[in-house]
Amino acid sequence: MKLFEKIFWIITGLMICVMLSFGTCLCADYTYINITNPFIRKIPVAVPDFKDLSKNIDEKDLGKEAQRILIHDLDFTGYLKVMDKGAFLEAPSKTGISQAEINFKNWTSIGAELLVTGGILEHNNTVSLQLRLFDPFKSHLLVGKVYTGRKSDIRKMVHRFAGQISYQLTGKKGVFSSKIAFVSTVNKHKEIFTCDFDGYSPAQITHLKSITLSPSWAWNGKYIAYTSFVRGKPDIYIKNLKQNSGFVVGFKGINISPDWVPGKFELAACLSFSGDQEIYLLTGKGKIIKRLTNSWGIDVSPAFSPDGSKMAFVSRRSGTPQIYIKDLRTDRVTRLTFDGHYNTSPAWSPTGNKIAYAGSIGGHINIYVIGLDVDSVPVQLTHGTGDNESPSWSPDGSLIAFTSNREGISRIYVMTAAGGDQRRLLKLKGAQSEPGWSLEKVTD
Amino acid sequence: MRKRVCVNLTMVVLVAGLFFTVSCAKKAVVSTPAETQVENAQPSGAQNGLSAEAIAKQEAAKQAQLAKEAEIKEKALREAAARKKAEAMERFVNQDVHFAFDSAQLTPTAQTILKEKAGWLEDNMSVNIRIEGNCDERGTTEYNLALGERRALSVKNFFVDLGISGSRLTTISYGEERPLDPAHNEAAWAKNRRVHCTIK
Repeated sequence: MKLFEKIFWIITGLMICVMLSFGTCLCADYTYINITNPFIRKIPVAVPDFKDLSKNIDEKDLGKEAQRILIHDLDFTGYLKVMDKGAFLEAPSKTGISQAEINFKNWTSIGAELLVTGGILEHNNTVSLQLRLFDPFKSHLLVGKVYTGRKSDIRKMVHRFAGQISYQLTGKKGVFSSKIAFVSTVNKHKEIFTCDFDGYSPAQITHLKSITLSPSWAWNGKYIAYTSFVRGKPDIYIKNLKQNSGFVVGFKGINISPDWVPGKFELAACLSFSGDQEIYLLTGKGKIIKRLTNSWGIDVSPAFSPDGSKMAFVSRRSGTPQIYIKDLRTDRVTRLTFDGHYNTSPAWSPTGNKIAYAGSIGGHINIYVIGLDVDSVPVQLTHGTGDNESPSWSPDGSLIAFTSNREGISRIYVMTAAGGDQRRLLKLKGAQSEPGWSLEKVTD
Repeated sequence: MRKRVCVNLTMVVLVAGLFFTVSCAKKAVVSTPAETQVENAQPSGAQNGLSAEAIAKQEAAKQAQLAKEAEIKEKALREAAARKKAEAMERFVNQDVHFAFDSAQLTPTAQTILKEKAGWLEDNMSVNIRIEGNCDERGTTEYNLALGERRALSVKNFFVDLGISGSRLTTISYGEERPLDPAHNEAAWAKNRRVHCTIK
């Protein structure tokens, strides 16, 4: 009996120990970073030089390029801080890039909470890129991928991995596959352009030699809607980007401010054929489904909630332009903005719980964000730097693109959702304005 | 008795004759100057020996001269009228109507200008016009396109109320896209908040 009891307690004790250790492993689940936290501390991440895997001459340059792109991507997020190479104690490009080859103490001792290593292999113009994300404090590989393709695909590969990093840390793939559409002046005309989320690869997509405005991406990235004066008056054009075909919404009067319904081939727009500017719901081919607003005076600039159940819009029904929200299921309309006499350009955050807009106070226009609760107070994100308008959210709700003339000429700027890290996205000849950020994945 | 009648008769005849001679003499005096004038106008010296052809030629030349003078007068009158018309049209096209910030209401000044324009439209019934609404650069592109249209419609409705046929009036809004003054100050913005009428 005594022996049996002894054994019993030993086994129980062992089991308890095992369960405890097992339990701590379970608890080591990652708490996602709240990317909309305004007081977020940037997480230090180390990105040492990449390793040439086959000593091919081109690999060094390709490796440097890939490293540069990745550092730019991580910086762009607003919640990561890429560490200075001078602080590094170890060079994985020499000592090795896989988990077994890394001495994590060399990284934790300099405060790197994240580590990315890369290896590049080039052969006959085909490139193979290995990327690994580690948690040095847990000596743990978080995600590792190998990408293969042409040299010209390096940028895309790195963006994909940046998306993987984002997914690990925030639960969302982030912005790295998204694109931004915007308006730029070309020889006194206004045309629509697109570029990557980071401002690279700008491309002109309309050549109408007229005034073309207000680009809006459809949810699947296949269509862009915009307003153009090419036929002498403002009409909405729905363009299929790949097939170079499309539809026109050209009723009498003005046809402006298109915004797509999430997940459907439908859009809302402001049409004035009835003699008054009202918002209508249309099919993707331009046929009216129904009228959404019913008040004398300007109703313009629809913006759908991410689940498509509500629509924000601008209305002058109370005497000055303010932002209202219509519940599309109950048809109830409530007013959102009460501060200031001029609030326009609503943009609904993909997180669903707040709206960015342009408010004019004292003759200056700035970007504000307001929550959807009854007692929500607007927060001003831009201050004392010219006029800032036309906000557009990134697909994960972490960043806002907007138009700013703080340099004297109108340019596209980007900032975090809390208003930090305000920087210019790109600089083309002429003036840029009206950014429209696509959803996560735009079909290539 | 007979002698007295004869003497009376003779006296009557004599008096009557006197009257007639005097009046005839007057007539003769009157007629001469005109003839003399005509004669002086002929540089070639109107001698009684001039042929009918020459006289006709002189007559034609005189008529041509008169016609030329008349034509010059008429042309001057036409030009003056055309200038006046052009001025009125220029005034119609160049004089814009302005608005307060974020407003599509017609100020009293605006209404005065529009009444004049309506008058011109009535004088020129064959003309159709386009009414263009504009805004200053502040505020969003889309809202300004809508506001510009409301300004254009304000003007159109004013014309229609004064009796101008709506079918002659088209409206369009350019929002903030076509500023008159590209500067970024209050003076420029005030200039840009306008409705402009052009002839189609």
